[in-house]
Formats: sequence, C-alpha cells, structure tokens
Amino acid sequence: MAKGATTSRGSGRNKARDAETLKKIERLAHQVVRTALAGDEPRIDIPTRAKSNTIWNKKRGILEMGDATSDRPLFDLKTAKQFMQTMLHAGTIKDLIDAAKTSSLRGVFYKAKHTISGTKENTFDAQEESDPILEDLEVTLGALREELHVFAENRGSMVGNITLIDKGDEINCRRMGSGGYALPSIVEPDVIQFGKCEAKFVLHVEKGTVWNRFNEDRFWEENNCILTHGAGQPPRGCRRLLQRLNQELRLPIICVLDCDPWGHYIYSVIKQGSISLAFESSRLAIPDAKFLGIRAKDYKECELGEAVKIDLTENDIKRAKEIAAYPWFEGHKGWRKEIQGLLNNGFKMEVEAMITKDISYVTEEYVPARLKAEDWLE
Amino acid sequence: MEALLMKPGALSDAVERTRSTAGRPTSRVTAETLATKQRDISVSEFFAKNRHLLGFDNPRKALLTAVKEAVDNSLDACEEAGILPEIVVVIEDIEEVGKAPKPITGKDANDAGRKSKAPKASRYRITVVDNGPGILRKQVENVFGRLLFGSKFHRLKMSRGQQGIGISAAGMYGLITTGKPMLIQTRPKPGAPAHHIELAMNTKTNRAEVTVDEETEDFPLGRLRALTQGTRRLSEGGAFLGSSAFPTGTSVSIELEGRYQKGRGSVDEFLELTAIANPHARIVFVPPSRVSIEEDESLISAAPRRVTQSEASASDGPVGAGGSGTSSPTTPDASAQTTETDGVILFPRGVSELPPETKEIQPHPRGVELGTLLQMLKDYEASEKSGTLYHFLQDRFCRVSAATAGSFCEAVGLTSRSRASAVEPAHAEALYNAFQEARLAPPPTDCLAPIGVRQLLAGLLKGVRAEFYAASSREAAVYRGRPFQIEAAIAFGGGLAGDEPSRVIRFANRVPLLFQQSACASFRSVTETNWRNYDLQQPRDGLPVGPLVILLHMASVWVPFTSESKEAIADYDEIRKEMKLALMECGRKLGAYLKKRAQMRREGERRDVFQKYIGEIAKACHAITGADAKRLFEALAEQARKKTAVADLRLDEDGKRIREENPADQDGVIIVEQPPPAPDERSAFAHTRAEAAALKVASLRSDDDQPRLIDTDAPGRLNRKGRPPGGRTSTGAAPISPANRPSVGTNRQPSKSPISGAKGRETDPRQAPSPSTNKRPSSIPRPVAPPSSVPSTGSAPTSDPTNRAPKPRMRLVNGKLVPIEDGPGLF
Repeated sequence: MAKGATTSRGSGRNKARDAETLKKIERLAHQVVRTALAGDEPRIDIPTRAKSNTIWNKKRGILEMGDATSDRPLFDLKTAKQFMQTMLHAGTIKDLIDAAKTSSLRGVFYKAKHTISGTKENTFDAQEESDPILEDLEVTLGALREELHVFAENRGSMVGNITLIDKGDEINCRRMGSGGYALPSIVEPDVIQFGKCEAKFVLHVEKGTVWNRFNEDRFWEENNCILTHGAGQPPRGCRRLLQRLNQELRLPIICVLDCDPWGHYIYSVIKQGSISLAFESSRLAIPDAKFLGIRAKDYKECELGEAVKIDLTENDIKRAKEIAAYPWFEGHKGWRKEIQGLLNNGFKMEVEAMITKDISYVTEEYVPARLKAEDWLE
Repeated sequence: MEALLMKPGALSDAVERTRSTAGRPTSRVTAETLATKQRDISVSEFFAKNRHLLGFDNPRKALLTAVKEAVDNSLDACEEAGILPEIVVVIEDIEEVGKAPKPITGKDANDAGRKSKAPKASRYRITVVDNGPGILRKQVENVFGRLLFGSKFHRLKMSRGQQGIGISAAGMYGLITTGKPMLIQTRPKPGAPAHHIELAMNTKTNRAEVTVDEETEDFPLGRLRALTQGTRRLSEGGAFLGSSAFPTGTSVSIELEGRYQKGRGSVDEFLELTAIANPHARIVFVPPSRVSIEEDESLISAAPRRVTQSEASASDGPVGAGGSGTSSPTTPDASAQTTETDGVILFPRGVSELPPETKEIQPHPRGVELGTLLQMLKDYEASEKSGTLYHFLQDRFCRVSAATAGSFCEAVGLTSRSRASAVEPAHAEALYNAFQEARLAPPPTDCLAPIGVRQLLAGLLKGVRAEFYAASSREAAVYRGRPFQIEAAIAFGGGLAGDEPSRVIRFANRVPLLFQQSACASFRSVTETNWRNYDLQQPRDGLPVGPLVILLHMASVWVPFTSESKEAIADYDEIRKEMKLALMECGRKLGAYLKKRAQMRREGERRDVFQKYIGEIAKACHAITGADAKRLFEALAEQARKKTAVADLRLDEDGKRIREENPADQDGVIIVEQPPPAPDERSAFAHTRAEAAALKVASLRSDDDQPRLIDTDAPGRLNRKGRPPGGRTSTGAAPISPANRPSVGTNRQPSKSPISGAKGRETDPRQAPSPSTNKRPSSIPRPVAPPSSVPSTGSAPTSDPTNRAPKPRMRLVNGKLVPIEDGPGLF
C-alpha cells in the first residue's frame, strides 16, 4: 500500500486532482465561515440522493441524478447534527489528502468520531451514520470517493482469462486458485489497467458460493470467460470493474442471479445504476448487461423438484410489483413476463436449486445450454 | 338521612315486618304473644347496636370519628358565635386496669414485630377544647346525651354537623367500650365558673344521666398543660390552653377503646386536612405517647421518652391553672423550636378572618318532597292559627314572591285568602306539582361559604411540593332545591410521586372525608373526567396516574352523605356535573401549562443542541480554512441564541391567542419552579412522598391577615420522626433551598423563567442563570423564631426580610395573588 501510495502521489495527474478536491473542500468551509461571520445562518446545499431526484435516461439506458438539492441548515433540529458531521468529515478528508493517505469508510468514521466536549454525545454513533455523510460530500463536492481518499472493503472475486495490472503489480487471473482475485473498491484506470485478455464474455454470479461452484468446475476455462461475483448486491468496485470490462474490452456481461425480486434488483442495479449512486451511473451502469437466469420458467423446463421452492413472502410480492413498475422493466415485454412468471409461480428459486439435479448441472448443462441458445433477458 | 325523620316508629315497623315474615312459616307465635314483645326502639339503642353506621366500625376509626365529631362541633360553634376558633385536641393513653403498663421499649418494639400478639386496641382519652360560646347548663344533657338533638338539623344552613348525632354517639361509644361517662366542661359566661358535668347516656331512654354536676374554675383543664414536655413548654408561652384564650368555651373528654395509628385515615391526617380547609382555625394536637405497633421505627424509638413524661405528669393528677407554671422545671431556651416538636403539633392560623357568615335559608319549593310539604303545612297551622296558604308560601319558602304565591294558590284551585288548614292532601299534591313546574329563581347562595380559590391554593402550596397549582371555584348550583357550590384544586409535578394513581382529597363543608372514597361523588367525578385531554395518563375508569393531587370541596346547606358516618357524598347528577366542570377547569389550566412547559423544553433543547454542535463546527472550519475558531464559535453561538429567541418571540407575536394560553396568566394558578432534588436532598423528598403530600395550612403572620408560604410543617414532621430539630438544615435542604421556593415574576414575561427553569432541570440547578436565584447559600439555617411570640412563630422565618426580599420567587397570578414586593399580598 505504501508503495502504491507513493506511486499515485508521484503522478502529476493525481496531484492536480487532489489539489482540486482540496479547493472544493476549502470553498465549502469558507462559505460556512463567511456566512456565519456575516450573521447569517450557514447552510449546505446537497444534491438529493432519493428516488424523487432520480431520472431514467431512456436514451442512455441509465439512471441519472436530477438537479434537486436539499438544504441542510445548521439551525434546524433535524439537520444540525448532520451539518456538524458534514463539516467534520470535510475536515477528515482534508487531513487524508494532506497526508496523501487513503482510509476505509470505517477508518474515516473512527477518525471523526469523538465525544462532543461538555456532553456525553458522540459526533458519530455508528458507521451507518458516517457513510451517508461521505456520500453527501461526494455529491456536494462533485468528487468521487477515491478522490476523497476513501475506499470501501474489498468485496467480490474474479477469475478468468485476463491479466490485470494493479498498482503496478501484474495479476494473472488465470492462476488465482480457489479464492480468486479480491475486487478492490477502487478500480479506476490509474490503479488497475487491463493486460492480456482472451475471454469472450464475463459471467457474473450473485454470490461466493455459486462462484465457487463455477470456479471449481473450471467453467471460465471451458467457456473462455471471466467469472465474477459481487457478494450479493455488488459494491461500487465490482460494478465499476464490470463496466470497464464492458466498455473498454467490449465483453458482454452475463448475469446468473437468483429467481427472486432481490436477484432482479441486483440485475437492475448492474444494468441501470442505483438510486443512491445515481450520480455515478455513467461510470457504473452497464445498459447491455444480460440476465441469463435463473428464470421463472426454469422450474418446469429443468424439471426441478418441489424441494427447490421457497414461498414468496408478502414483502417479496410487494417488491416484485415495485420492480415491475420500474420504467426500464415496465416497457420491456420479456421482463414483464418474467416478473409475472415469478408471481404466478408463487415461489422463489436460488441458483443452488440447480444442484438438486446434479452437483454440476448448472455449470455443465444449464448455463452452457442457455449461452448457446442466447436465451437471456436484456 | 331522610328516613331518620320518621325515626323510632319507622324503625320498629321495619323490625316488626322482618319479624313477622320470619315467623310465618312455623307460626308458633300468635299476634298476641308478638304484641307483648313489640315496643319502641330508642334511636340510641339502635345505634348502639349499629355503631358502624356512625363510623365506629373499628377501634382506629372510632378514635378518629370521636375526634372528628368533637372538632366539627367546636368549629361550627365558634363560627356561629363569630369567634376565631382555637381548638386543642389531646389524646392520652389510659392503661387498662389489671393489665401491666406497656410502654414501648426497645425490647417491646421487637415484640411488636409479631403483630398477631399485639393488642388490637387500647384505651385512650380524647379531649377536645374549644373557645366557642359554651353551652348553657340546661342544654348540656341534650347536646351530649341525646342522639338526634341539635341545632343544625332543622335548618338549611351550611355547617359541618348536620344531624346532631355525632358527639353523643361518640360519648355513647365511649360508654359502651369503657364504661366511663363523658366529661364536659363548658363556660358560657366569661368570668363565671365553668360547669363540670359527667354524663352517661341511657340508651334505652335516649336521655343522659348526669353523674357529676359541679362548678369549677379549672377550665380549660390545667392537667393537660402539664401533660408532656411539649405542652409544658407551649403553656409557658401562653400558646397552649392559655386561660385568656378561652373566656368561654367547651371541653369534651371521652374515654374510649381505640387504636392510634398514623397514615391514611388517621387523626393526624384528619387534622391536617381540617387545617387546610379551615385556615382561620388554630389547632393544637397532642398525640398519644403510645403509637400502634405498625408505626415505623423512628417513631418507636422516639416514644419512650414521651411515655415517661406523660406518665409522670398524669400521675400528678389534675392540677390547678397555677400549678402548671411551677411544675415545669424546663426553662425555655433560645432555640426552642418547640411549637411543633416535643410531640405537640401546632397547626397555626392562616387567616384571621372568619369565613363569611352564612345565612340560614328557607327551603326552596323545588327541594321539598310531598311528605315534607304536608308536615310543613301542619307545622304552620300549629304556629299560625289563622295563617293563610298565601302567607305560608311566602314565609316558609325562599324565592316565593307575593305574586308567585298568588299564582300557586290559583294553581291548586284556592285563593290567596285560603287558610293553610283548608289545604287538603289533594291540594298539597297539586301544589307540589306546581312547585315542580313553576319557573323560580334558584335558591340564594349567600348561605354558602366556599373555602376560596386563594385559600385552597395557599393550602396546597403549603403542604404539597408540586410545581403547578391550580384552583377553581364554580358558581353556586342547585340540587333538589338546595344550593351547593363546588371547588376544585390540583397540584402537579414537583416532589409528588409520578407513577401512582393521583391522590384525591375530599371535603364537604370544610370537613375532610377520609373513607369510602370510591363511593363518593367526588371520586367518581375525578374518574369520569378525561384527564388524557390534559396530557395525563389515565387507565379506563380510573384515577389519573401521575404526580397529581386533586382536591374537591362541596359546600352546601345540606350535603347529601351516603351514610350517617358522613364519609362519602351521594352521587347526584347535578353535583357530579359541577365537580367535573370544576375539575375540567383545573385540568385545562394544567393542560395549558404542560403544553407550554413542553414547548419551553423544546426550545431549551433546541438551543442546547445547537450550542453542542457549533463548537465542533467551529473547530472543523478552523482546521480546513484556518479561520478564527473562537470568533466563529461566538458568531454561531450568538446566532443560536437569536434563533431560539426568535422562536420564542414569534410565538408571542402570533398574537393574543398565544399569550392568553400562557398558563401562568390564568386565574387561580401558581407555578413553582423546582430544580430536581440533589442526591443529598433525597431524604427530604422521600419524606414528602411517604406522607403522600400531606397538607398543612399556611401559617399566620401576626401583622397581616393573609396566609403565607412557609415551611413550618417540615421541622415538625421531621422531629416527629425522631430526627434532631437541627437536622433540617442539612437533610431538609430541599424545602429551604432558595431555588426551591416559588418565584414571583411579572406576568409580562412569564416565558423567561420557565426556560431557565427547564434548563435548570437539565443542568446543575446552581448554575441555572435564573435571575431570581438567591445569592444566599442554601446551607444557612433558617432563622429561628424567638420563643416568646409563639403564635406567630411559624411565620417568623419568612417574615425575616433577608429571607424574603432578595428572591421574589413565587409567581402569583392575575392580581388574585399579589406578588410579595407589592406589600401585604397573600403570602
């Protein structure tokens, strides 16, 4: 890490970027000071990260953030503490940039957490309070997380016929054993560059257990692809890497997810972007990602047994209807049918359901057959 | 009660009926044999067998009832004669012959732990002395020796006693349980010797039998002055049974089987509440040396000293008035805070004006029943031989003018010339119906003497450590043609226990009602009032739960009790409705206050929140921009102050509506700011809670007539618990701490101090920037009154200017309660 840090500090581009970020932070603080000294109430305008301020860009096929901002005044019981926390985090990030260090989300939380003098109250009580404030700062300053020198935990893995250069180290993803290459949270081109790549597509699966099955069966070798998973809802690092593979190497992204509203939602996020990170959609969304399975029809087509059924809960049904109402699904005949199929079935199926047929049914028969038939949803 | 009008005959009828029906199946008796057994039952006999009807169900209650009846009679007599009541209540232990005396020693206290072995009751002698007009010799037997003899039954006038049963019944009870006659001393003529009469009641004849009848100079009983150390000390100052204070008066002594025990329904509680409702009376109470075994330990440990004293003095026997002076070896020392210690409890006089004299009224036409009407006609015929119906109506009823009387006569088909004797039962019935339909003015209300909002507040403020007090007095109303008036008061918050059902204190004609709470109209009116409207918790059909004391008083020419023991008010719709309206009035004031308080708190919290965060913001901005953190902080702090001040202002600027809602601006409201008890003050508060906000009346200040707020009760109570008199300065710091005193603010800016009060609650009270905070450290003991001016001793501490002047901490509202600075205000 220290070596990497030195590298990035060395690059003139990073220096300029840090200077830019610092300037933005100072501008924010200066404005607060100026208003306060002028006897006015300091307030921060923060672009709203909510569904109401999310716009579906049909042409680009991604979610984008609108122009709405929410006012965060200091002298309001609802926002006073957040105001204070925003300023604290701004200070923390300035420190990080000054020291040319990066920190995890949790690290930032701890750095800014302390007891407010004269009280028993902490500036932050939990990391759940701290993370959204950082996202607020990202959108307010118009700086990406990595520009704030903050990263998330590594999450998700990758193997396949590709070589990466990560902070100068060559990573051969063909030789990653059973664990795979852990996906870092920052995968920008200045950190990770793509090397030699023979793979023809990327197969993204929902979680580690399924990924292990595919890896153990050397699926990526057989089918000449890259195999990734995002441990459920894929984090930004995973999504950004998929997006780069798709954009830069023109690899199709094919997803194998559970047949339930959650799986559909993961696909939606990979494809269109999420509401809370709508401002990053242009870097994260993969509008041509494909949904290969598990499909509602598979229960019959694959002749699965009763045992694979998991009943839909009320919540699932509600969620499925919500997802069906998303404009990008609503206007898509295949998806309308798919979600209706799920509701008609009345049960969910996990990818592991295929194991009931045979331990390697999913890797050796199901996915290859579907790939060959190009039987997927887009 | 009405049934008693028909008395012996009706009773024997009833007895006869039950007998004959019981006898029928076997028919072993003939009408003739029955007739030999049928005879009159004397009322006295009836009650001797049914003593529970009169409140003598158990020894403890019997003791209380005897005291209660005597005190009620004394107060009534004094008031009717226009004398400021001076009442002395003494309860002495009398050891039963043949039984070893049982003073409570340490060993016995252990013994007493085994309750089953302890005697349920023992013998006491109660003596109640008043300075009333006295009783003529020839009336003594009637007053004390006959049931249903009295001045109060046959009239419609507000008084405590109603039937003329009470004191004779107490005497009868004493006679039954101890065989000892009642001792009466009375001096109707100043300067003349007093009558000394001992009389026993013959229950068969409902007549008294006089056993001793002599004249005496020993009035009031000198023996009592030397009873205990406390009485001796008080006597020396002339504060206890000084003969000059009793130029006329009556003293009643009854020996009875009873049980003395404190707590709910005790003599102590009765006298405390009586003192509240009768601020014009001065009451001295000498409790017995022996307390019942359920008492707490401190009392037991304090007891032996007193036992020996009382025994010593009792063995002296009755001594002359001069004797008491010489028999006292103790010289009064400077620190003699003895008026309420040494076992003697003094409830000082709060106001030195009598309640307005109440007028006797004639019955209202709508209040009489047909039978009563017939009887009244008969009486009128007897007294006015040639009286006409026309005159009868005008003379014997209120609110019947000549014109109305005429129209009544016509309504029943008679003329204004018709004789009363010419009225047939049919006419009477028509007349009765005409009464019901006629439009008549409600009965006059000058027959009522409510306690008064001011006095009620004073009483509550005195005895209950709350933060909010409200009282309301309804206009007089009418039930069954009888005028009555309801008063209510509540005390909320402060030191009251928060998680218990609130306490209901009931009065009827200034007499505390201690039993049968749930059968009482006042209790029902409390449970039927929706206290949830006023931000209080209330279980379904229950008392509100919270730090609340509710006081209800009914004043009427005739209080409809549910039984002869006068423990509960009958549930007339009219009465309950008035009670609920009075409670709602108080409740609304409380609700407004609670809302305001919540608002104040919110503002205070808001400010706190801002101030908490701006320090962090200033630091962060300093770290980023290098701006002057201190300057920034001050700028932001100033803004925070302004923001919250602006919020306050906005509320006021919104117009009158808000201002009117300010609870402190309402009539009959007192708000006391109370910081939370510091840990070391706990004991004092716990004590208050233990006594469940026992009430005492505001003390008398000799130079002004108004009750004032002082804490004369606290040392007395502490000392009765066996703590050293001086202990109050340390352990009882709460009541005297200046921050704890009620504050006076002008009505203009009531919002200011509540905010500081709210803040004070959250932060250290000593740091609360209250403008009214007294500079005087709370550890300075209160000035002690010189022993010479005993009657006003109670008020001396607060009349000390240094104590009062710098902290006008009591808010008196709407001119009803004048602020202290304005001179001779209420307090």
